[in-house]
Order: sequence, then C-alpha cells, then structure tokens
Amino acid sequence: MITPTHYMLLSAALFIIGVIGVMARRNIIIIFMSIELILNAVNINLIAFSAQLQNAVGQVFAIFVIAVAAAEAAVGLGIILAFYRNKETVNIDEMNLMRW
Amino acid sequence: MRREGYGFEPECRISVRNALGGPSASEKMNYIWLIPLLPGFGAAINGLVGIRSFSRKTAGAVASATMIAALGLALLAFWQLVGLAPAARAFDVTVAEWIPRIPLATHDGIGNFEVNWGFRLDPLSGMMLLVVTGIGTLIHIYATAYMTDEPRGGYARFFCYLNLFCFFMLMLVLGNNFLVMFVGWEGVGLCSYLLIGYWYEKKTAADAGKKAFITNRVGDWGFVLGVFLIYYTFGTLDFRAVQNAAGAMPVETMGFGVLSTICLLLFVGATGKSAQIPLYVWLPDAMEGPTPVSALIHAATMVTAGVYMLGRNAVLFSHAPMVLEIVAIVGVLTALMAASIGLVQYYIKRVLAYSTVSQLGYMFTAMGVGAFSAGAFHLMTHAFFKALLFLGSGSVIHAMAGEQDMRRMGALKKYLPVTFATMMIGTLAIAGIVPLSGFFSKDEILFQAFQHNKAIWAIAVVTAFMTAFYMFRLMSMTFFGGYRGPAWETAGHAAVVTAAHHGVPHPADPHAHGQAHKRDHEVTHGPAEPHGQATDHGHGHDAHGAQTAHAAGVDDAHGGHGHGPWHGPHESPTPMTFPLMVLAVGAIVAGFVGVPVALGGNNAIEHFLEPSFTASHVEGHAEPGAEPAEEHEAAHPSRQLELGLMAFSVLIAVAGIGLAYRFYVTKPEISETLAERWAGAHRLLLNKYYVDELYGATIIAGTFNAARGLWTVDRNVVDGAVNGTGKLTVVSSWFSGLTDRTVVDGLVNLVGWIVQESSHAFRRLQTGLVQNYALLMLFGIFAFVSIYLIVR
Repeated sequence: MITPTHYMLLSAALFIIGVIGVMARRNIIIIFMSIELILNAVNINLIAFSAQLQNAVGQVFAIFVIAVAAAEAAVGLGIILAFYRNKETVNIDEMNLMRW
Repeated sequence: MRREGYGFEPECRISVRNALGGPSASEKMNYIWLIPLLPGFGAAINGLVGIRSFSRKTAGAVASATMIAALGLALLAFWQLVGLAPAARAFDVTVAEWIPRIPLATHDGIGNFEVNWGFRLDPLSGMMLLVVTGIGTLIHIYATAYMTDEPRGGYARFFCYLNLFCFFMLMLVLGNNFLVMFVGWEGVGLCSYLLIGYWYEKKTAADAGKKAFITNRVGDWGFVLGVFLIYYTFGTLDFRAVQNAAGAMPVETMGFGVLSTICLLLFVGATGKSAQIPLYVWLPDAMEGPTPVSALIHAATMVTAGVYMLGRNAVLFSHAPMVLEIVAIVGVLTALMAASIGLVQYYIKRVLAYSTVSQLGYMFTAMGVGAFSAGAFHLMTHAFFKALLFLGSGSVIHAMAGEQDMRRMGALKKYLPVTFATMMIGTLAIAGIVPLSGFFSKDEILFQAFQHNKAIWAIAVVTAFMTAFYMFRLMSMTFFGGYRGPAWETAGHAAVVTAAHHGVPHPADPHAHGQAHKRDHEVTHGPAEPHGQATDHGHGHDAHGAQTAHAAGVDDAHGGHGHGPWHGPHESPTPMTFPLMVLAVGAIVAGFVGVPVALGGNNAIEHFLEPSFTASHVEGHAEPGAEPAEEHEAAHPSRQLELGLMAFSVLIAVAGIGLAYRFYVTKPEISETLAERWAGAHRLLLNKYYVDELYGATIIAGTFNAARGLWTVDRNVVDGAVNGTGKLTVVSSWFSGLTDRTVVDGLVNLVGWIVQESSHAFRRLQTGLVQNYALLMLFGIFAFVSIYLIVR
C-alpha cells in the first residue's frame, strides 16, 4: 500500500536532488532542469494530499504550477539563448554582471 | 439755569435757544452762524479759484463783499440783540453735532462728553462781532488798494488768508463752548502765521511767522490744558454751563484750588495770544507782515482774543482772586515794559506794535482788577484807534515807498493831510485826551485800578504818560520837523529836499541810508522776486495814480505822473483814506457809549456787558442779588475823586505830548543829548531789554543744545545700538557659518564616510554569482524554518 509517506519521501528526494543540482552544477541548462525537479516535487506533494484529503484544490494548484513552470521554461530558455549569444557559454559563473 | 437747553435734539439740526424762552425772538436770530461762514466762503472761493484765475479786482471784491455781507448780518443781529430786554440778551444756536456723546471720566464719575457746533450771541460777543466785522471790512477795503503792487496770485492769496482769518476770528468770538472757541483760536493763529510770513521769500518775514506760531504754541498748551481741566471739573465745555457751575462754587480766597488752576492755565493761553509777558516777543516781529494784517490781526482783533477769553470766563476768574492778581500784575508790567521800549524805537510799525502790547497790558490790568467791562470797553476803543494808527502808518509807508524808519521821515504833514489828520485823532485818542474814545476807556481802567491797588494804578499812570510821549514822538518824527527822507526826482522839490537832507543831521543813524535803502522797503519780495529789483523805483506807485483816478483828486501834486522814479511822498488813494476817515470817526465817538456817571453819562456799555460777566442771570441764585448793587456803590465812592483822577490823567497825557513835542519838534537836540547822557538805558530800551537775546540764550539755545544732545544720543546710543546689533549679527552669523561648515557638514560627511567604509565589507557579499545567492537563500530558509520549529 502506497501511503502519503511514500509520496512525501519521493517528493523530498526529488526536491533535494533539485536543490543540490541548483547549488552544485555550473551549467545553466542543468540548473534549469533542477528547478523543474523542485517544482515537480511540489506537484507530487500537492497531488498526494489532494488524493488523501479528497479535495480537488490541490490538483488545481498542481495544474497552475505546471502552467507557470511552462511559462518559466519559455522565459528562462529565452534568457539562456540571449546569454549564450553574448557570451558563447552557458556557464553560470560567467553570469556575474550585477556584481559591484 | 436751563440745563436742558444745552441738550441736542437730533430731529432738528438747527436748534435755537433763547435764555429766557420766547421762541419768536430767538427764531429770528438763527442766522448768526452765517456770519462766520460768509468770510469762510470768500476764503474758499479765493483760495480754490482766485489764486489761479481771479484778477486783482475780482479777488478784492469777493473778499470785501463777503465781509460787507457779514457786517450787515452782524449789525442786524446786534440790532435785534439790543432790542431785547437786558436779561434776555443771549442766544445759543446749534448748527450741527460735532463730537457725539461719548462717555469720558470727570472728577465725579463718567460724564457725557459732547460738543456741538454751537454759536452764542450775547452782549460781549455782540460787541466783538461788531468790532471784527466792522474793522475787518474797513481793512479789507483798505487792503484792496494797499496790496495792488502784489503779483496777481499773491493778491488773491492775501485776501484768501484775510478772509480765512475773519472766519476763524468770528468763530472764536461766537463759539458757545471752549472747543469751538479753540478751533477759532488755533485758526487765527494759523492765519496770523500765514499772513506774517506772507512775503515768505524774505527770511525775516518767514522767521517772524515761525516765531509767532511757536510762541503761540506755548500759550495754546496752557489753554488746552485749561480746557481739559474744565471738562474734568465741570463735565461740560459750554461757556454758560461752566460759568453757572463755577458761580455756585466758593471763591478761592484762601487756597489755590482747581478754579485757580484752570484760570492760570487759561491765562497762559491768553498771554500767548495777547502778547503779554513772558510771551509777548512775537508781536513786534509780526510787523514783518503787510500793514493791513498788522492793523487787523496784530492790533484790533486777534491779539485781543486773550482779553475776550478772560471776559468770557469772568465768573471763573472772579472766583480765583489770586489768579486775577497775577493777571493784573502781568498786565501792568507788560504795559510799562512795552511802553518804555516804545519810547526809543525808530521803526514806525514797531512803535505801534509795542504800543499794542502796552495797551493789551492795560486791558489785562482791567481784567485783573475785576473791571471786566472796562477791559472789554478798552478793547473796543483800542480796536478803533489802533487799527486807525496802523492803517495810517501803512499810508505813510506807502507814501514813502516802503520806508519804515521814522528817522527818514518828517514834515509829511503837508504831503499827507488826510493821513495826518486821522492819525492825529488816533494819537489823541490813545493818549487819552478828552473827549476821544481812549480817554473814557483808559480812565475807567485807571479808576478801577486806583480803587483796587494804588501801586498798579501808579504804574498804569506812568505807562499812560509814556504812551502819550511815544505816540507824539511818532507823530513828531513823522509829520513835523524837517524832511529827512530820500530825495526824489522832481526839479522843484529837489532843492528843498537836498537842503533838508543835509541841514538836519541824522540822529544816531548807524548806517548811511541812500536811495538804495528803498530796496528794503516793505513791498519788496526779496531777491528771489525779479521784478522787485527791476522796477525798484516807485515800484507801482505810479500805477496807483493811473489805476485809481481818485488819487488825483486827493493828491493833485502827483496825480498826473506816469511811470518813472519815485516822485516823493503823496497821499494815498481813496480806498485807503476812506477807512482811515471812518475809523477816525469811530475813534472819536466810540467812547461815548461808556461815559462814566461822574461825567453825567450812565456808562451804558458797562450795563450792556454786565450780563456776560455774571453767572446765571436768569435765576440769579448763584450770585447774591445784593452784590451788583454793593459793587456799584463801591465803584463810585466819590465823584470828586473820580473827576480828580480824570483831570490828573489828562494832565499826564498833555505833559507827555508836550514833552514829546519839545524833544522832537522844537528842540530835537534834547533827545540826542538825553540819549547820550543815558546811553546805557537808551541802549537797553533800544535793544528791547535784551529779552530776545535772553530767550535766545536760554530757551532757544537750550532747545538747540537739548536737540544737539539728543542728536548725540541718537547718533551714539540709538545708532550705536543699531550698528551694534548689526555687528553682533555679523559675528554670530560667522559663528553660525562655522558651525554649519564643521558640525552640520561634518555629520553629513561622517555618515557618507561610514557608508563608504562599511561598503568595503559588504560589497564582498555581492559576488554576482547566482548560486551564492541561492545558497544564502537556502540557509536563510533553513534558519527561519529552524527558528519556527524550535520556538513553536
């Protein structure tokens, strides 16, 4: 029997993988994908509690999150492309123009 | 007393009050307010339109016409007044409200202060009314001829002032309360100033005007203080109400009470206006004005205002015997002092000026010994003969082309027959020769003074002797003896004149007069006036001859001459001689209204004026009924005594005249030897006892020094304070700037510096690495969640 605990463990695992990816990796694309992992970890949590509590609100939130993630992906990829055209790289360490 | 009579009914603008009721009689009198208004109207016309556009003839005609109209009304009013019962001779006419009722403190609570434009006709003001309008009219007519040498605008200006003077003088005379009188009082002072300084381009004239005005201010100060005290004491300013209230108060024989204080203050006012010691100094200087002004203002009317005011307040003064004593002493000393100065003066108008001061002293003596009607009587007769003498002297000055120095006259009798005859009448009148007017009034005063105080009488008699002497000296030097004046350019006369000129030595003539002296003559306007120099010779006298054809009739020797040099002394034109003749008649007959009982008369004027000098003549409760009768008895203790005194004073006058004739006509060298022997006294008198110098050294120099002292204080203390404040501000602002630069700017810069320095540490955080930020964020979240979990 799959209990909410299982879902939460999966979601936590995914979330930690995502956070470590964002922190540790230098490639922007990878970071981007790690963010998606974080979002999806959240989605799993929402869906699991929605099923457990028999309340559709969680699923509605999840759909909103997917929609926002899609938009974010579009904008983020646009930025990455623009950055790449300027710098010929997608290394995050090169993105330090806002430094003092 | 009818208190309700002084209330003001708003529903009728002109309320007429008769002291005894009888509306039918009083209604007829309600025009008396027109009498002052007419000359005021004339002044307005001449002032607003005349100066710009009237010809000489129009300006003179307007002024004279308003005066003639006023004279007509005055005669009518007087006639109606005389036609009434003696007790009923008083009218109050309220023309308009002036100061509406306002509460004001008096000594016994809050009173109602209200003043109306009220006029009052009673015997005293009636007499003054006739004097002012009558003599005023004559002098207006005289001045139309006398002033013809003036430029057109100045001529109209002169008549504007002259009319304005009559307006104010009539206001003074007719006012029924102190404040209306004060308006007139100040107004005549103003006109006096304007007219003395009529030739304002001449410095001496302008200075004399200022002197008169400022001296009068001193007196007016006393007068106005007296008025304040009257209101504070009686709660009203109405003459009649004040007199009745004062009549009910006890006579202040013992102490110097409030009535005495009031009277003393009023008398200070009188000394200023009427030129008594110590404020007489302005009157001789006032002779800088044109001669008609001297005659009207400084002899006949304005200067008698002080005497009139004393008479108006006779009840007040008779309740303050100590002040009356002061009045008598001041009066008689002024009379003596002025007469003694008049003995040696050389300028014809100055002699007359001192004579006026002296005669005013007589009037005050009369007032001071309680003989109010005698003083008022002398006021009237004096107005006649002194106006006559001044106008006569004006005629002489006119004939001599402005020469005023009697040392340069002489033998004018044959050239100026009318002037000589009329002036002789005036001289005999002032000397007190029976039966001319001066005799009756002066002897009344002397008699009353004799009964009151022998010392005062003795001084007054000495003064009478001096009066006769200096007046006849004036006549002798002017009309008798040899001609000592400048030569004129007529072949026939030249020889005679040159002989006379060289034959008679100039007595004590310090500066050689030549023809050039004529430049100083009276009608010269000073160097600023170009035509005064250009047409110096004759300066319009010939124009007289051409303009007024009458001149030819009077003065056949000079009637036909044309423009050219001065043709010698000549009689004045008719408009000038006519007033002289009228006044001469007046000087002869004016005394007959006051023939004393001792000479078979009934002293009509005394009985006529009596109601004005007593308190309530309606009910008479304030004044004991027995007193007038008792006084009457006392006034005539001995007919022999009175007759003897009269004979004595006539004798004195004749002695004075004889002595003067001997000194100045038969043996002119006597006067010179006397002047040499008594050189000190002569110089003292010639310099007018050095009073002007004394005043100059004390009061004027004191004022100047005080002003200089104040100026020094102003410069050092006040300016110093201002400058010190400025300096203090500069210093403090320097400190303020310093503080601003160091403290305030320092703080601001310190903040900036701190921020800058601390930024070195903090900018390390700003790595620009996204992952650093994300890591920090993560730590933050951990921290907050941890805190949340722990604290919960």
